[in-house]
Amino acid sequence: MQFFIRLGKKTLSFFSFLGGLSNLALQTVYWSFLPPYQKRRVVEEAKKAGLDSLYIVSLIALFLGVILAFQIAYIMQRLGSELYIASIVTLALVRELGPVITSLVVAGRVGAAIAAEIGSMQVTEQVDALETLATNPIKYLVVPRFLALTLMLPVLTLYADIIGIMGGWLICVFKLGISSSLYFKIAFDSLLFKDLFTGLSKTVFFGMLIALVSCYEGFNVEGGAEGVGRATTKAVVTTFILIIASDCFFTALFYFIFP
Amino acid sequence: MNDSIIDLKDLFKSFNSHKVLDGINLAIEKGTTVVVIGRSGCGKSVMLKHIMGILQPDKGQVLVNGRDLGELNEKEINGIRMKMGMVFQGGALFDSLTVGENVGFGLIEHADITHKELFERIEESLYMVGLCGIANLMPSELSGGMKKRVALARALCMKPDIILYDEPTTGVDPITADSINDLIKSLHDKIKVTSIVVTHDMKSAYKVADKIAMLYQGKIIFQGSPKEVQETDHPIVHQFINGLAHGPITETIDCFR
Repeated sequence: MQFFIRLGKKTLSFFSFLGGLSNLALQTVYWSFLPPYQKRRVVEEAKKAGLDSLYIVSLIALFLGVILAFQIAYIMQRLGSELYIASIVTLALVRELGPVITSLVVAGRVGAAIAAEIGSMQVTEQVDALETLATNPIKYLVVPRFLALTLMLPVLTLYADIIGIMGGWLICVFKLGISSSLYFKIAFDSLLFKDLFTGLSKTVFFGMLIALVSCYEGFNVEGGAEGVGRATTKAVVTTFILIIASDCFFTALFYFIFP
Repeated sequence: MNDSIIDLKDLFKSFNSHKVLDGINLAIEKGTTVVVIGRSGCGKSVMLKHIMGILQPDKGQVLVNGRDLGELNEKEINGIRMKMGMVFQGGALFDSLTVGENVGFGLIEHADITHKELFERIEESLYMVGLCGIANLMPSELSGGMKKRVALARALCMKPDIILYDEPTTGVDPITADSINDLIKSLHDKIKVTSIVVTHDMKSAYKVADKIAMLYQGKIIFQGSPKEVQETDHPIVHQFINGLAHGPITETIDCFR
């Protein structure tokens, strides 16, 4: 009996989360198209989300490329076809790992910051203060972050893809003795436009997801500093799950659309 | 009754089945200062947020200038908000902006004015609360009392007709508290703003109020001039204003235990 009550409560809270998130998403899109546009604030947020994430994205993408090259080299050397390392690293990065890892890094770095910032604003009544100054909190707080993340995540992903391919290059050239020109030729020959397109297009959605979930959790903080901490954790965990789950969906979808 | 600028009619509000406002009726006349007293957590701030239109009542009406907030769209409510200012308990200054940007926030977002005018309005508002030359500081560099005064300057910058104060003297030293009281009084005397002050500081209440209303268990149980409040034999009001540990307020709590 207790089990079913708990299950019911969980289901209800899940649906209220979905409802709240969809409501926020609709309002955000509505306010995004409504002038006046907050260009300066979008640029500010884009700098925070994009430019300031460059270091960590570079580092992780580079390591990822190196790791991938090593792991693939392990099996390819046994098969005697080291040349294909370049194409497998490139495809794996551009189609899957670049987008997902970048999104997860940004969710952890930027999403957590957004949830904590809006959460603190909520508990110190700054969100209410915005309303008393005749400013819509969604327009002022969510829209710039939403647009910034939606625009910056594909750019960051493209950047991560390039750095990751360079990581693979490091291993192939300096460890396995493949020439630079051959590595790039094989890497880019195997790469089709649809690989790049499917990889980058899903990050647009991931960007929206990170911004919306983080803002939603921030707005729904209850109970002071502890609540802010809880909301931040919840924002990051929820985005992680939603990113992986929707990535699974997109991969299946693209598999059938672009066979 | 006809010249009341704010009119709360039979206001009900609950949070998670916890009744906070249980049928509030309160009319506030133009140009007066009304102090709402009551214990912490009795719904005073919630009442203010209804007047600002931040919270919507479950039942009842909030009339500002004779217009029902529940029937207005967001744009119209914002139009009314431009003529109201609210001073939050902790100041609620935007901590990513400087003091100057905080004070001028409403003008920067909504008014089409030159940089020079904006600067003048900010300095003028800060001057009124006795804080000149701090426009470039960040809110984190200010003391609690200064934050409250900057919050008041932010409300004043929009040249409002109505100012709502949420516990303006709580958590500041007695001297700052008195200077805040003086400010509220001088705004009332000089520019005839209508003020609603929510507090449990009786000294402050007696000093600034034209009328005192007591909120208890979600209802306004008593209204009157400061003199009437002091002389009342209403047991609940009597216990509250004299700060007695024993009386009808604490008895009802005891019977829940």
